[in-house]
Amino acid sequence: MKAPTNRALFLTYLQIGLTSFGGVNAWARHMLVEKRGWLTEQEYAETLGIGQVLPGPNALNTAIGVGVRFGGAMGALACALGLFAGPMALLAGIAALYDAYGQLPLVRATLTGIAAAAAGMVLGTAIKMGVKLQPTLPLLAVGLAAVALALLRAPLPFVVLGLAPFGLAAAWWKLRR
Amino acid sequence: MTLLLQILLAFGTLSLLAIGGANAVLPEMHRLVVDVHGWMDDATFSQLFALAQAAPGPNILAASVMGWHIAGGAGMAMATIGMLLPAAILAYGMQGLTQRLRGNTWLKPAQFGLVPLAVGLIAGSGVIMAQAAGTNWLSFVIIAVSTVFVWRTKYSPLWVLAGGGALGLLLL
Repeated sequence: MKAPTNRALFLTYLQIGLTSFGGVNAWARHMLVEKRGWLTEQEYAETLGIGQVLPGPNALNTAIGVGVRFGGAMGALACALGLFAGPMALLAGIAALYDAYGQLPLVRATLTGIAAAAAGMVLGTAIKMGVKLQPTLPLLAVGLAAVALALLRAPLPFVVLGLAPFGLAAAWWKLRR
Repeated sequence: MTLLLQILLAFGTLSLLAIGGANAVLPEMHRLVVDVHGWMDDATFSQLFALAQAAPGPNILAASVMGWHIAGGAGMAMATIGMLLPAAILAYGMQGLTQRLRGNTWLKPAQFGLVPLAVGLIAGSGVIMAQAAGTNWLSFVIIAVSTVFVWRTKYSPLWVLAGGGALGLLLL
């Protein structure tokens, strides 16, 4: 297989960005592994895993990992720009419409309904992930501490720096056994 | 100018903390834009976040929509740059290292140990969103139904967003 050009990387990520409703990772996998065949299942999983461990938005980190692999710094730029350009343009339009019409009663009612559904979506996602994780007691304690601190509006840097060592220790302890 | 700088700094501090995507930084985003800076109220925050969820693309773009609402196109640019640039530079700088460590033993505990933290933050986000969106009995029904739907089924969450919007339009 020939390595994709930066142009191909940009166009592929542009497509991923504009089609990825409800989270990028599943769409990126489908595109990169199944449709383009640039990465094997294993390679994509590893790139995604690294993207998730690095601080920062994991869709961005993964795109940069893919870009660097095929095209160095320019490849990384091509993937990142492709991923964000389309949705940004679309969202600028949506935000402008919101500012113009967001206060109309019917629009406001619809948006209130969508916001309620989004709240449920986030809650449901958390429950789903938590159940799938089958956490040991120490891991569960780390998760619950994160919930409590988030609700107490504790500044996030302290939450992450304070809890990450416990999370890592709990995971290490679980995997060691 | 100072406003744009404030936007850049506020979202810039979020960038390197976004473990596991936008949902995990939502409580902090809420704290900064609603509580600390007072750039918008609760309802606007939850509606803008919902719009970003309904649109395609990385969910982290919720930051861009909020930037637009605070200060137009320039605000959008600042929020997006703040959110993406620090993480992008770090991810690029770490590539050499991570490629060499690929498949190494440290990766698994690192992934594994951060997940409960991210899940906890996402759950916290959900509660904060629900507090902001739960204004009457119908919104609580929508929240409950959509929670169960997303938790128990494999269908795209877009269905609940569309359903929630339709119910809101008809009944609220």
